[in-house]
Amino acid sequence: MATAEKYVGGGVPRKEDPKLITGQGQFLEGLTLPGMLHAALVRSPHGSARINSVDVSAAAAAEGVVAAYSGADLADEWAAGLPMAWPVTDDIRIPDHWPVAQDVARYVGDAVAVVVATSRNAALDAAELVEVDYDVLEAVVDVEAAVADGAPRVHESFDDNKSYTWALTNGEVDEAFAKADVVVKERYTQPRLIPNAMEPRAVVAQPVPSTGDFTVWSTTQIPHVAKVLFALTLGIPESQIRVIAPSDVGGGFGSKLNVYAEEALCIALARRLGKPVKWVAGRSEGYLATIHGRDQVQEIEIAATSDGDILGYRVHILAAMGAYLQLVAPGVPLLGAFLYCGCYGGEAYHFECTGVFTNTTPTDAYRGAGRPEATYAIERAIDSLAREVGVDPAEIRRRNFLPAGDMVQSPGGLAFDSADYEPALDRALELLDYDGFRGDQAERREGGGSRQIGVGFSSYVEICGLAPSQVLASLKYAAGGWDAATVRMLPTGKAEVVTGSSPHGQGHVTSWSQIAADALGIPYEDVTVLHGDTHVAPHGMNTYGSRSLAVAGVAVHNACDRVVDKARGLAAHLLEVAPEDLEYEAGTFSVKGVPDRTKSMPELAFAAWTAHSLPEDSEPGLEASCVYDPPNFTFPFGTHVAVVEVDTETGAVDLVRYIAVDDCGPVINPVIVDGQVHGGVAQGIAAALYEEATYAEDGTLETSSMVNYLVPSAAEFPSFETDRTVTPSTSNPMGVKGIGEAGTIGSAPAVINAIVDALSHLGVTDVPMPASPERVWRAIQAANGGEA
Amino acid sequence: MIPASFDYERASSLDEALSLLAAGGEDARPLAGGHSLLPLMRLRLARPSLLVDIGGLDELRGVHDDGDSVTIGALTTHHEVAGAAALTGGSGLIAKVAGGIGDPQVRHRGTLGGSVAHADPASDLPAALLALDAEVTLAGPGGTRSVAAADFFIGPFMSAADDGEIVTGVRVPKQEGWGSAYQKFQRRAQDWAIVGVAAVVNWTDSGIAGAAIGLTNMGGTPLRARAVEAALTGTSEKAQILEAVSKVSELETPPADENASSEYRLHLAQVLIARAVAEAAGCPGMQR
Repeated sequence: MATAEKYVGGGVPRKEDPKLITGQGQFLEGLTLPGMLHAALVRSPHGSARINSVDVSAAAAAEGVVAAYSGADLADEWAAGLPMAWPVTDDIRIPDHWPVAQDVARYVGDAVAVVVATSRNAALDAAELVEVDYDVLEAVVDVEAAVADGAPRVHESFDDNKSYTWALTNGEVDEAFAKADVVVKERYTQPRLIPNAMEPRAVVAQPVPSTGDFTVWSTTQIPHVAKVLFALTLGIPESQIRVIAPSDVGGGFGSKLNVYAEEALCIALARRLGKPVKWVAGRSEGYLATIHGRDQVQEIEIAATSDGDILGYRVHILAAMGAYLQLVAPGVPLLGAFLYCGCYGGEAYHFECTGVFTNTTPTDAYRGAGRPEATYAIERAIDSLAREVGVDPAEIRRRNFLPAGDMVQSPGGLAFDSADYEPALDRALELLDYDGFRGDQAERREGGGSRQIGVGFSSYVEICGLAPSQVLASLKYAAGGWDAATVRMLPTGKAEVVTGSSPHGQGHVTSWSQIAADALGIPYEDVTVLHGDTHVAPHGMNTYGSRSLAVAGVAVHNACDRVVDKARGLAAHLLEVAPEDLEYEAGTFSVKGVPDRTKSMPELAFAAWTAHSLPEDSEPGLEASCVYDPPNFTFPFGTHVAVVEVDTETGAVDLVRYIAVDDCGPVINPVIVDGQVHGGVAQGIAAALYEEATYAEDGTLETSSMVNYLVPSAAEFPSFETDRTVTPSTSNPMGVKGIGEAGTIGSAPAVINAIVDALSHLGVTDVPMPASPERVWRAIQAANGGEA
Repeated sequence: MIPASFDYERASSLDEALSLLAAGGEDARPLAGGHSLLPLMRLRLARPSLLVDIGGLDELRGVHDDGDSVTIGALTTHHEVAGAAALTGGSGLIAKVAGGIGDPQVRHRGTLGGSVAHADPASDLPAALLALDAEVTLAGPGGTRSVAAADFFIGPFMSAADDGEIVTGVRVPKQEGWGSAYQKFQRRAQDWAIVGVAAVVNWTDSGIAGAAIGLTNMGGTPLRARAVEAALTGTSEKAQILEAVSKVSELETPPADENASSEYRLHLAQVLIARAVAEAAGCPGMQR
């Protein structure tokens, strides 16, 4: 049943959606096992405190409680502390990180005891009965305060709060600055952000005491990576652990790219108690116990000619690590380190980053991971340069764009594939009607009313397709960057795709089905995608960093090619011709010049299964695998434009238009790409206007729920306008790049640049993120342009 | 999060509800739409021992036109209040305010009585009731009584209702001929107001003949801006209104929180009062 229809590039509906929108999603909270127990954690209410004693006796005696333990009680469960896989320098300081704190609690939310009961309610009630005697210590929550002389130390065993300093220099930086006509120097803060996946984290660990086997269900983005790390943390042979990310994981945005205390703890408790143990986070509990993102202070300098041609860059950042080093936290700034020159040229670049401990929830990769920070700095600073030299912000970008081409060397140190930045800027300006906008803006300014409008640009380039394993090695990342796929024709002509990616909202089932259906010439509905279970998909590096399509998707594509190759041999055998005498199109092999002599893929699948007549040296079955290690990163780019109206009396910002022109190479599914752009843009705008996690000096998380951590809703956004240019990547055979984070990376600076533009006639040059009404109002007051 | 355990009773009459509350003691609480109480319970910030569900008491539901005034039953949802035809003149303020509370789900479950009884200084209806000189009606073991809105809200989440009393409704003077407006300033569409201004204005050919201003989230209770009201009376031009609104600074220093400093709140109040008065007056020349 071959079909000529091409699925790739078409907007087929997502296979994932019907069950999700009709409430048939299979989420972890719904999983119940016989004899299952429930864990509730007792968490430190102090930012820093010595634990003198933990009395669990009252909790242990409470109704329904099976066991209650302090950190010390569990100390012998751990073969190693919670893992950190990215020691970015040789001298990085890596603190012990136990799933339950044993001597000192180092942030509000650090686990200090656990109660296990026959119901979740009983566990939560009994957790309130655990008595912990603390000596409260002085906390430090601010990244700059933490590196000041005499700051309280997060870890007594280290001399100060610095974990590492990582630096990169390309070219003659001092020379570039010495000959510059103009140097702009800016300081930006990246607010701390709390990832808000729709589904909070959860885990169930089920033991088989007689064999020592464990099955662990976790709302994770990385079941395969987690399996290895669970084995190392708990001292359980890897072969005895099966990790399952349920078929539906409700979003991650990086927050589930980790190995968490509660995962290790449930496995340890299951081992100790011989029963399945489940833990489900509440939303506010997740705000304390799930990684945060960003929290950096950046200084960026740009050296340029009086015409605005950039000569060099200097960047210094302080990056908050939080109280401990989570899985890849030290490396997050490195993912941005190569992007502080944006898509612009120049001769020289210096970057230096210091990772800093604070008494806060650990940070780690949050959608964009390093690239939004870098893009924000350069896209804000280039606007400052534009003002300094009196050049239009669109023009200064155009003037400094790297030339179009392949493997174009960035002063940041990497060579960008598929660079062609002007068409995206041109298209964005056309969609905006830039001249018309400037006319409207001038009219508003002349009118002198309280509603002023502004436009902001952000021309970004980013890094996806993580990653060539050898490059990861050079950055001291402790894992590879490959991914795996197996494609299997079933006897009835259907196909199974087994993927090493672990989708949690991205739509891989749909996209991989499109790729396989086209390659195998079978209907899209006839492709099943299996994922997320280490017993089903033995190999994978999983899903993060916009890597899935450009690595795991390419693995699917290549595995399909191998299946077709094997099918060609079988078809030639059955048709009694040489393989090179066959033509293949849309799932059917035909003999050249004899088009009615054919074998379809389903026919060949059946023949390969019966194995009644196979070519010599051929085995039964029609199946192939590919483990794909990409030769290079991919480098998506684009230009985003924000238009805002600012109420100069109140400081309120109304986002009026948002235009995103992205280039992620060829598109597998435009509906999915648009969805990724919309969601990413919404999260970037959220950072620009709404979201900021704040701590009191004593380490209390002030923004402890969605009441005061301002996650915006659809009501806060205009209808986004999306468009694309298509410049294929040369780094993989599909030309694809990745689009999962571009929206987040491009959007925040566009919004802030627009606010500054709206108020520039009043003398405003900066508004910090998030641009709350009061901050905008104060910026106006400070510029002495306000009426109030 | 899951609430701490509690008992639950559903009352079939007001008398039964009152006796259940009396028997339950001081930790018993009435439950209407649950949109204020249940979130606090889920965070374990409220831990009532007994919830007396009064949601089935139809006698407490509905909007009644009494001629010069309107009576609104406590169980009337915000959505129903927003669409009530009887709320004309100045009392139309209540409908405008109710139509902007929370989001559609909140407005279809949350009730006027629950919002009033909760006495959150950041919620919208109390300031409107204050501006309209409304009365809150209560039923308790000792019978029924009315309390002026100005006397009902006595502190953050504290009202003049005694333990065991249930808010049964409000009575709102219609104030025919007056215009109204509610200016609500918030970060997100469904948020509580950072500052809210409820205004009713009697606009005549010679300017403002009378004005009442209720303020949301400018103190521990909803507040009347009486100095501003006095200064507004007799004004007719924008410059005079701006002068009058500056009198809001005579109030006690407003609270500071993560959304606004005291200074900014005071500034916002002035901007929003001017806008609310202009809108309530319905006089285009006074709007900017």
